[in-house]
Amino acid sequence: MSRPAFDFTHLTVDDVSRHFGRRRALARVSLECRAGETLGLLGPNGAGKSTLIAILATILAPSSGQVRYGSATGREAGAGLRRTLGLLAHDLYLYPELTARENLEFFARLYGLDDPAACARAALARAGLDERGDELVSGFSRGMRQRLALERALVHHPRLVLLDEPFTGLDDRSSARLIERLADLKKDGCLLIVATHDIGLAEHVIDRAVMLQDGRAMPIPDGTGGLRDRYRQAVGSA
Amino acid sequence: MGNFFRVAWVVMRKDLTIEARSREIVFTTLFFAVACVLVFAFALVREGRALEDAAAGILWIAIAFAGTLVLGRTFERERYAQTLQGLLLAPADRPAVYVGKLLGIVALLVAVEIVLLPLVGLMFQAAFANRPLILAALLLAGTLGFGAVGTLFAAMLGRARSRDVLLPVLLYPITIPVIIAGVRGTAALLEAPPDAEMAWFWIGLLTFFDIVFVTLSLWTFEPLMTE
Repeated sequence: MSRPAFDFTHLTVDDVSRHFGRRRALARVSLECRAGETLGLLGPNGAGKSTLIAILATILAPSSGQVRYGSATGREAGAGLRRTLGLLAHDLYLYPELTARENLEFFARLYGLDDPAACARAALARAGLDERGDELVSGFSRGMRQRLALERALVHHPRLVLLDEPFTGLDDRSSARLIERLADLKKDGCLLIVATHDIGLAEHVIDRAVMLQDGRAMPIPDGTGGLRDRYRQAVGSA
Repeated sequence: MGNFFRVAWVVMRKDLTIEARSREIVFTTLFFAVACVLVFAFALVREGRALEDAAAGILWIAIAFAGTLVLGRTFERERYAQTLQGLLLAPADRPAVYVGKLLGIVALLVAVEIVLLPLVGLMFQAAFANRPLILAALLLAGTLGFGAVGTLFAAMLGRARSRDVLLPVLLYPITIPVIIAGVRGTAALLEAPPDAEMAWFWIGLLTFFDIVFVTLSLWTFEPLMTE
C-alpha cells in the first residue's frame, strides 16, 4: 500500500474550542493520537463527539485552538491532507440512485486511484457485498449502507480514519467484521479515532479513551475493571 | 490541469448517470417549462399573432424558471445524504467539483432547451431555424452564465434552511443582465430579416458575462464551501 506525499504519524488536538452562535459545542479539548493507535471518543448524545470528528476531518474549523497533523495544520497541509483522511460520518455520503459499485468507483476516481474498478471490487468484497454490488444503494438496509460507507471511506487507504458511530445499524456478525477490519487498519499503521456511545462494542476496539461531556474532554483513567465501569466512574466524578 | 478536468468530468458524469436513471429533473423541469410556455401562449397570442419579441422573452423566462428548478433539485440530491460534503472531502480541486456540477447543470438545461425551442417556435410562430448556429451559440452562452451563478449560489445555500426561497431571490437579480442579453440577442435573430450582427454583439456580451461569472465563481467556490 503506497502512502501519499503528505503523511503523518501523530495527531495533536491543542486547546480546541468550537461555538455555534452562543452555544458551546467544544471547550478547550486537547488530545493526541499516534499511528497504530485506536482512540475512543466516548460520551452521551450531544457531548461534542461529532463536532470534534468534523473538526478533525477539516469539515469544521475550530473557533480557537488548533489541530496538527504531524507538524502541519490543516491549512498548511491543504488538499494533500484530505488524501490522508477517511471519514465515516452520521451521513453516509452515498448516492442512493447509484449502485454500490458505482458509488465506490466514483469515489475511487475522485481520489485519483489507479484502477477504480479493481478498488471497487476489493472494497465490495471487504464489505461482504460482492453479490449485491450492482444493486442500487436505495434498496440497501441501513446496515448494508453502513458497511458500504465504511469501505467508501477507506477506499483510498487513509492514514487517519475517523469513525462516527460506526456500529450503527450493524448486526452482530457485521459488528464482529468491523472490529476485525479496525484491527487490520491498526496493524497497517492508521490512526483510528472512533466516536461512539456503545461502550460494549468500543471496548473490543479502542486502546485508549477520552470522555466528552458538555464539550469538555476528560481522560478515562486506566486501571482494572472494564471500560464501562471506568467510564461510569469518570462520568460520576465529572 | 489534467487532474482538474478529470475531476470535473467524473462529477459531471456521475450527475448525468443519476439523472439518466431517474429522469426526475428533466421530466419535472420540462413539464414546468412547457406549462409556462403554454400559459404565456394563451395570454399573448391573439388570432394567431403574437406580440412582437414575445417569443424571445418567453423562451428566456422559461429557461430561467426551469434553470432554477434544475439547480434546486441537483443540489437537493447532494444534500440528501450530505454527499456534497463527501465531494469536498476528496483531495480534488474544489473548483473542479464546481465545474463538474456546472457542466452537468448546463447539459440538463440544454436538454430542456431542445424541447422548448420548437414548442415556443410553434406557439409564437417564431422562426428559430433562420440562424440555427448563432441561436445555439446564444443559448449556450446564456445558459452558461445563468448556470455559473446558479451553481455557486445553489451550492452555497445547501445548508440554509430556506434555500428554496433564497435561491431565486439571490439568483434572478444577478442574472438579469444574462437574461436581458439573451432576450435581445434572440429577438434580433427573429427579426425579418435576422439581424445577425446585433445577435453577435449580444453573444459577445454574454461571453463577457460568462468569463466574469465563471472566474468569480471559481475564485470564491473554495472559500464559500469551506465552513
